[in-house]
Amino acid sequence: MFAELVYRLGTHTKTNDKLDAIIKYFAEAADRDKVWMIALFSGRRPRRTISGSKLAVWCSELIGLPLWLFEESYHTVGDLSETIALLIPEKSQGSDKSLSWYVEKFQQMEKSDESTKKEFIIQSWNELNSRERFVFNKLLSSTFRVGVSQSMMVNALARTVKLEPSIIAHRISGNWDPSTTPFNELLNSRPAITDHSKPYPFYLAYPLEQEPALLGEPDEWQAEWKWDGIRGQIIKRNGLLFVWSRGEDLITDKFPEYITLAEKLPDGTVIDGEILPVRNGQALNFNVLQTRIGRKNITKKHLEEAPAGIFAYDLLEQNGEDIRHLPLQERRQRLTAIVADVNLPVLVLSPVIEFHSWEQLAALRIQARNNNSEGLMLKRKSSSYQVGRKRGDWWKWKIDPLTIDAVMIYAQKGTGRRSNLYTDYTFAVRDGDKLVSFTKAYSGLTDKEFAQVDNFVKRNSIEKFGPVRTVKPELVFEIAFEGIAASNRHKSGVALRFPRMSRWRKDKPPEEINTLEDLKKMLEIYGK
Amino acid sequence: MERAVITHGHSDHARPGSKYYLCHHFTKPILQLRLGDFDYQTVEWNEPVYFNGVTVTLFPAGHIIGSSQIKVEHKGEVWVVSGDYKVEDDGISGAFEPVKCHTFITESTFGLPVYTWKPQVQIYSGIQDWIKGNQAAGKTSVLIAYSLGKAQRVLQAVKEVSDKIFAHGAIYNMHEVLLKAKILPNGTLPAITRVTSDIPKEAYRGNVVIAPPSADGTPWMRRFSQAAVGICSGWMQVRGNQRRRNADAGFALSDHCDWKSLLHAVEATGAEKVFVTHGFQSVFSRYLNESGIEAAEVKTEYGTEEEEPIQDQNE
Repeated sequence: MFAELVYRLGTHTKTNDKLDAIIKYFAEAADRDKVWMIALFSGRRPRRTISGSKLAVWCSELIGLPLWLFEESYHTVGDLSETIALLIPEKSQGSDKSLSWYVEKFQQMEKSDESTKKEFIIQSWNELNSRERFVFNKLLSSTFRVGVSQSMMVNALARTVKLEPSIIAHRISGNWDPSTTPFNELLNSRPAITDHSKPYPFYLAYPLEQEPALLGEPDEWQAEWKWDGIRGQIIKRNGLLFVWSRGEDLITDKFPEYITLAEKLPDGTVIDGEILPVRNGQALNFNVLQTRIGRKNITKKHLEEAPAGIFAYDLLEQNGEDIRHLPLQERRQRLTAIVADVNLPVLVLSPVIEFHSWEQLAALRIQARNNNSEGLMLKRKSSSYQVGRKRGDWWKWKIDPLTIDAVMIYAQKGTGRRSNLYTDYTFAVRDGDKLVSFTKAYSGLTDKEFAQVDNFVKRNSIEKFGPVRTVKPELVFEIAFEGIAASNRHKSGVALRFPRMSRWRKDKPPEEINTLEDLKKMLEIYGK
Repeated sequence: MERAVITHGHSDHARPGSKYYLCHHFTKPILQLRLGDFDYQTVEWNEPVYFNGVTVTLFPAGHIIGSSQIKVEHKGEVWVVSGDYKVEDDGISGAFEPVKCHTFITESTFGLPVYTWKPQVQIYSGIQDWIKGNQAAGKTSVLIAYSLGKAQRVLQAVKEVSDKIFAHGAIYNMHEVLLKAKILPNGTLPAITRVTSDIPKEAYRGNVVIAPPSADGTPWMRRFSQAAVGICSGWMQVRGNQRRRNADAGFALSDHCDWKSLLHAVEATGAEKVFVTHGFQSVFSRYLNESGIEAAEVKTEYGTEEEEPIQDQNE
């Protein structure tokens, strides 16, 4: 039943059809399965029990085909789980075991040895039908993702249990264990156990796409810099400190320097802000934080070279009371007082930008990069703190990205929706006579343009290295990116943040693209 | 080119500009529609023709109506060109006949083990269930299929669940040509109505429309409100392809061989040497070599998207 749901969500394009499919599942599935479904759909995946490469080898053995053939199939299908699901012959109508049975089996198997895992996997492969196999593989390799937004699932749940979506969003946030939380308890309005670390759902802004003047009078709006860091929620309750990321990961351990906040913040305080590298109350370039983000253990060196702080911009709870309904102006006043009281360098109040006219603000926005921000945030002073991405009261007004003109030199087939099409490209800039690669990009073109480039690649490829083809360096694109940093892992010496193709420069010949020098200059100006 | 022997009427396999054309009887009316009036010599399957010491014989390929393999024999050496083919008998195109030869030239459109087709009857059943579901919800079922080959097969499935079938001009024209040429037994092709701008939009509701891939995503489709679009093509086997084309349903119905069929066909010819044309040439030829059959890739112009004739935008 779960596999059917996943299949339907994968094929339906219209929101209402998807919503209907989810509601149907909630009406028919067993409670234990519902809980797991909610967990899986909100990104709580069971840990990976087996590597993709092992699965590939076992699958090839099972069907009696060489591994190179499996890999070619994978490159065309663009998805490991689907490749395996398609290669294994369909022998059965399907399994009658439930979603929760399988997920719990996976959890048990984490500690088993490899041959036990192999036996279970092969047996399951043979028992399941193709759609079930697909979902099984996705869960096994911890790559389960479904094209359903959190808000869609919340809406479907809201209709089924007749509770407000915003309440449901809050109930399913935070840390709860799907294997031990019954469905009723999850959505109960009076939960038996209060989880005092539970974060509030983040309020997210829409990009500003119209003239700011259309928003109204400047004095109705609060403008701040849009900080380029990690969005976080700092919770102090019952004597303990919790730091949550926007993706609802508990990241308290990653920021040992916040321990000072644990003592000084009053109990029952929740702050919404941006985690940034900070020195002397100033935000540094995000690159500085990159060195410690991925690390499991934060060393003394990290703390010295990349000190982290919080730029606070909202107060959600005070003295244990939920104050999200109060207008922004009021919340801001209270936040200002708290930050002043705490008086620690690690907690900085995100400054409000004074402006009297929209033109003045537009002029200020252009300077955003100078203080390491991405642009501006515009928040209606009278607005409450809402749930999820809502239109109307919070807007993000980012500055234009940096751009560079480059030529495509390699292409690879895409995955998922882009399977079997060459959509993953490597770009180069000129360095004298040579071309030096400096980035990959795989988004930014229309479907039609991708089809055209795919056609070009098929007709103009020079050599083949596994899934990668080298192509005649003829197609020129403008590559847009948010940031640039020095990198000794790349030949070019630079690494870009969020590179994507912004324009296909059919008018520019490859001789006129930017040079490595140009890139290095950008690094000097924007990367340090 | 002076003389052309045509395997079948798809636009990537039949081009204007030759002086003489040789093809199967059933292919001629299609070529007349697509290329115009040229010098067409037609033969029946298994009816040899002699040119300069070379014997040319056509055999059914099972791809579409009239599709043929071409057997060329010279001084005892036999080469067979498969053209596009499929091994399953769709009931319309004639059943594929493996032809013994020394050298076999085969297509490899779906030459990858992930491509495994379900039996036609099962796919038709899926299409019918989908249409019934749409009818119950008051939606119009729009099925996307090539006007030559796929559309005729899709009609076999559709005619069981819907009396009212509308068709895009390209499909209608081909339909008329096939009816007139009396190639298929009476009743195989159901009556269809051509889509024109005179027809009121309500007429389509709850019925079935068949359109070629070129119409998908164009303003022509807008007249069908509450439409569910189902694409009929072997490429629908892979989720990524279905999602990219934004279809509501994908039916992996193909007029080409799947992986297993390609291997069976090659084996059945007993060929010692195999040339692999359009599709997954390098994969298929490598696999054949590793299996002990000498194989090599051949570059051709085949395999580009079938070009549908341009439709009147005012329709």
